[in-house]
Amino acid sequence: MKLFPNLSGPHRTALMASAVVVTMGGLAYASVPFYDWFCRVTGFGGITNVAEAGSDVVLDQTITVRFDASLDRDMPWTFKPEVREMELRIGETGLAYYEAHNPLDVPIAGQAAYNVTPYEAGAFFDKIECFCFTEQVLQPGETVMMPVSFFVDPAIVDDREGKHVHTITLSYTFYQIDLPEDVVQAVLAPATLTTASQNAIELN
Amino acid sequence: MADAAIHGDEHHDDRGFFTRWFMSTNHKDIGILYLFVAGALGFVSVLFTVYMRLELMHPGVQYMCAEGAQFFANSAQTCTPDGDLWNVMITYHGVLMMFFVVIPALFGGFGNYLMPLQIGAPDMAFPRLNNLSFWMFVAGASLGIASLLAPNGNDGFGAGTGWVLYPPLSTQAGVALPMSLAIFAVHLSGASSILGAINMITTFLNMRAPGMTLHKVPLFAWSIFVTAWLILLALPVLAGAITMLLTDINFGTTFFQPEGGGDPILYQHILWFFGHPEVYIIIIPGFGIISHIIATFSRKPIFGYLPMVYAMVAIGVLGFVVWAHHMYTVGMSLTQQSYFMLATMVIAVPTGVKIFSWIATMWGGSIEMKTPMLWAFGFLFLFTVGGVTGIVLSQAGVDRVYHDTYYVVAHFHYVMSLGAVFSIFAGIYFYLPKFSGRTAPEWAGKLHFWMMFIGANLTFFPQHFLGRQGMPRRYIDYPEAFATWNLVSSWGAFLSFASFVFFIGVLVYTLTKGKRVTENNPWNEFADTLEWTLPCPPPEHTFETLPKQEDWDKSPAH
Repeated sequence: MKLFPNLSGPHRTALMASAVVVTMGGLAYASVPFYDWFCRVTGFGGITNVAEAGSDVVLDQTITVRFDASLDRDMPWTFKPEVREMELRIGETGLAYYEAHNPLDVPIAGQAAYNVTPYEAGAFFDKIECFCFTEQVLQPGETVMMPVSFFVDPAIVDDREGKHVHTITLSYTFYQIDLPEDVVQAVLAPATLTTASQNAIELN
Repeated sequence: MADAAIHGDEHHDDRGFFTRWFMSTNHKDIGILYLFVAGALGFVSVLFTVYMRLELMHPGVQYMCAEGAQFFANSAQTCTPDGDLWNVMITYHGVLMMFFVVIPALFGGFGNYLMPLQIGAPDMAFPRLNNLSFWMFVAGASLGIASLLAPNGNDGFGAGTGWVLYPPLSTQAGVALPMSLAIFAVHLSGASSILGAINMITTFLNMRAPGMTLHKVPLFAWSIFVTAWLILLALPVLAGAITMLLTDINFGTTFFQPEGGGDPILYQHILWFFGHPEVYIIIIPGFGIISHIIATFSRKPIFGYLPMVYAMVAIGVLGFVVWAHHMYTVGMSLTQQSYFMLATMVIAVPTGVKIFSWIATMWGGSIEMKTPMLWAFGFLFLFTVGGVTGIVLSQAGVDRVYHDTYYVVAHFHYVMSLGAVFSIFAGIYFYLPKFSGRTAPEWAGKLHFWMMFIGANLTFFPQHFLGRQGMPRRYIDYPEAFATWNLVSSWGAFLSFASFVFFIGVLVYTLTKGKRVTENNPWNEFADTLEWTLPCPPPEHTFETLPKQEDWDKSPAH
């Protein structure tokens, strides 16, 4: 099959060159979902896995998991791990808590971004349940303990790069997001009655 | 012979100044326009570096003060360092040099003027598209200057994000206005380069003189063809990346914002997928020019023509598969780093083929040290130094130490600033008689060369030492320990700048009072490409009658 058969000479060459430009521009955009897929599949960038249940195999060998918490620059919460570090057997299901507190007098919603370092461990770090999978809303003054349950895949000890990993750091960063629609309604309903709390919302 | 080539051009050139230079669709005139505009922007960009080297001359901040930028140190006044001004200076130096000086000069200027002549084409395939490319470049450059002067949120002007425009630094609210303007500037210059590349490829593939098969095309025309392909494949990717950046800044998308599920590292991958071919886009046309100059002044045909061609193609192809060596420290796995390290080192092979072929061309030749040849020698030396430090940096382990130090600055200035710029000056002195009909005085060209060669080496060689001692790049100030080599480097920069000012004088003198060239080929019979069969300067229309094979085909029949 010949491309652009009804053109010849310079016009045909120019059109084919333009097609290359369009393709490469399109590929730049295609790289966004491709990169996302690639990171989820390979653990590139420390992206972790999601598992339905814990591991069947538990090794005697242990591994250290450290917990890190940080906040986006404009996020008003306080946020910290309950314990800094725990040592558990590879394959054993661990449970850790993070404490989050909203010091303001308005509800704040947050979404956590997360990964593990070293990145080689990403493909072997499985989360069964995590607060980071959903949006979190904290009412004024509320403090919550947020759980994350996880295990380290025993396959890590056979991986050519993963086998050198002895410590995994799990890190979360909370970003402020817009309040979910139902929470906004709940806040605004009493706010229409008194001007004071309305001011409080605007001040934030 | 030459008369046959320009047959049909007896009529007098009666275009007015405005018609000739502002409405031109003539590839030669557009080439000249590109060279002059790129030269003017280069001067602005060099002024920035002189100011930066002035600031770095001594420890402490003496000139870039928050109280107001100064050009003369005043110890009586207090000076609060204005890091934002510094960042703006390094950013616009990089952006201007990359997009608005070197590519337009080599690809737009020399490429437009010489490529059609070398293949015996009467003009580019799409002359009006060529005009559009040039004016889009001018519009893009104007937007770049507008971005420099646009207010930012730090009580200053311009976007101090570095030329790579990494998010999240570049997506802060403070720099939204200058950043958006800079993105539009790069869009326009990219579109200009892409249209130019389509035009060059079409011309090259469809309009070669009868008998000129692909394996007989002169090396400079080949270098432009390879460069055009790199532009065609790389620049749309950059356009995509910066468009995503633009919507992240202005329309709330989160391509590179982690709070919305994006990843800033992805931007680095896309940027460098463009960025590495970009450095070859800059240097490959220089390879072409240098090949012709070395062959001419060694009085020998170029050694290994076909390997030279395919070395350029190989460098172009390899340029697309090594991008992550710019980002070894983002946390890639060992396997990925090993791949990018080995692929990068492989580039040394075709580059070595070129360097050794140039040396083999000179070997046993009767070398004439005319001004263009001096510049070509300078290019060979500086490019080789830059290439060797490139191999050092290609090693992921060593790169951990050198990452973001002055060693990197020294490396890329040796290959780009010195390699590419020396090839531009070599080209200017080589083709000045052809372009203008006048020759520059030999002594002036040589003085310019020695000033610039010594100045450039004084500037950048000590930066290797500074980098090895751990001086990080992109800072306005440094500890006392780095004072000596920074002082040397600054004096080198001033000497280089003086040589540039001297060159402008030489150029003005040559164009107004220089000795006229009467013969078609002022050099010798080894400048054997088709442009040397034309008068100096060539008439408005050339090769309206196609050149005959014996005009250009000097190789014996196989």
